[in-house]
Amino acid sequence: MNRRSVLLTLQIAAPILVLLGWALWSAGSTNIFYPPLTKILSVFRDTWVFDRVGSDVVPSLTNMLAGFALSIVIGVPLGILIGLVRTLRTALAPIIEFVRAIPPPALIPFGIVVLGVGTGMKVFIILMVGVFPVLMHTIDGVRGVDPGLLDSARAYRVSRRDRMLHVVLPAAAPQIFAGMRISLSLSLILMVISEMVASTRGIGYFILQAQRTFAIPEMWSGMVLLGILGYLFNLAFGTIERRALRWHHGARKGAS
Amino acid sequence: MSTSIIPGTRRRLLRSPKFTDGLLGAAGLVTVLAVLEFSTIVGLLPEKTFPRVSADLRELAGMAGAAELWTAVGHTLQGWAISFALATVIAVLLGIAVGSNAVLYAATSAVIEFLRPIPSVALIPLVVLVLGTGLQSKVFLATFAATWPVLVATIYGMRDVEPVALETARSFRARPRDTLLSVVLPGAVPYIAPGLRVASTTALILCVTAELVIGAPGLGQSITVAQAGGQYQLMYAFIIATGLLGVLLNLLFVALEKRLLRWHPSQRSQGGVQ
Repeated sequence: MNRRSVLLTLQIAAPILVLLGWALWSAGSTNIFYPPLTKILSVFRDTWVFDRVGSDVVPSLTNMLAGFALSIVIGVPLGILIGLVRTLRTALAPIIEFVRAIPPPALIPFGIVVLGVGTGMKVFIILMVGVFPVLMHTIDGVRGVDPGLLDSARAYRVSRRDRMLHVVLPAAAPQIFAGMRISLSLSLILMVISEMVASTRGIGYFILQAQRTFAIPEMWSGMVLLGILGYLFNLAFGTIERRALRWHHGARKGAS
Repeated sequence: MSTSIIPGTRRRLLRSPKFTDGLLGAAGLVTVLAVLEFSTIVGLLPEKTFPRVSADLRELAGMAGAAELWTAVGHTLQGWAISFALATVIAVLLGIAVGSNAVLYAATSAVIEFLRPIPSVALIPLVVLVLGTGLQSKVFLATFAATWPVLVATIYGMRDVEPVALETARSFRARPRDTLLSVVLPGAVPYIAPGLRVASTTALILCVTAELVIGAPGLGQSITVAQAGGQYQLMYAFIIATGLLGVLLNLLFVALEKRLLRWHPSQRSQGGVQ
């Protein structure tokens, strides 16, 4: 076996070994806080496949995806506008810097006061937080568009609408996707926090409730679920991004 | 003749882009505040849950002399500082080890990819059980979350060192230690510095989250207490104070980055990194 395949094997084997290590270490565990992995997994199966999917997982994910989708729908056009108009950019810079610097959870009490504890508040909070990475990256991406491209499009009298759709948007796309990826992971985090602070259902509520009633294996199963969700979202987004930006990676590979 | 110089410089100052940009920014800020204030006055926003901005700011100004605000700020900053320092040390050391060793990199990269997307807030319940609701929990959560950006940035930076620089060092028979300290690490700094900025923000976010969710003392706790007590002006004042703290830390890190990367092309041309 050459060195390369050894390294590849190691890369695949390492996570499995870590899991096995956890299973072995916790096998005979009597510590109430760290139940055996097998116990966690069996509780996981009983709880999440698919008993609580309708009552907790679906509402949580609906809020999260609604907030994330709104972040994109609002962040991208606003970012393009601000990125193209210099006056607007300078005028809004201090206010954007300030709102962006507020640690997101600090806005939850504000959301509760203004919108109550329902679905609207959660989507609003996720939107409030998720919109900024998309907005900032779109602004940066639009500012980085090669002026030569814009000038030639203008010289060919490409209409304003087509210039936006076929020159500015594709050129800023790699940056926009980077912003969307950050926004996606923030959305998941805010989904959990908003349910921990004020909710009667959802994954975050379930985990906190399990902890308060000392249902430790249930609590662990919820944490495992969040880990799996985080990983899957990351994976799914990576796939979408690679597909959407195939032309970009191709162009870069060709250039180097 | 000498008097004509002063109006000349003044005119130049008034026309300098820095000055007009600042003026424009201030105008934007004032406009947004005025719109909010006016919306409350005409009843577009309910005065009860959305007090006038001027009232919130007056509340904040009134608190500036009281101990309550500064104690909360102190608690939050203390948690931030400890966890940021811990995360930096852990992540940079680990990143150097992993980034400079192919075997270690292969063994850890998949594990890191699995662990990194896990939302750190998922750990809150466990942390409360094991470490309680005080400073320790806050520091653990914030350190856990803030380690990833620096770790990933350090590994990337270590692996992305210019090959020519490395070969040059090798052909000069530089010792591995010297290569690491004067070729590889400086080459990784442009990656590490933005990682540190993200880590600072993340640490602050997680500290406030911990204060908010598990009730460790600090700004987050003060916000929830004010909200639960129906003192909405106080709540807004604390939220604004938290935002200002975030802005200050941001500015600090932008300045730090500029200093650390004085020699790097991204900082030499104006406006490379905002």
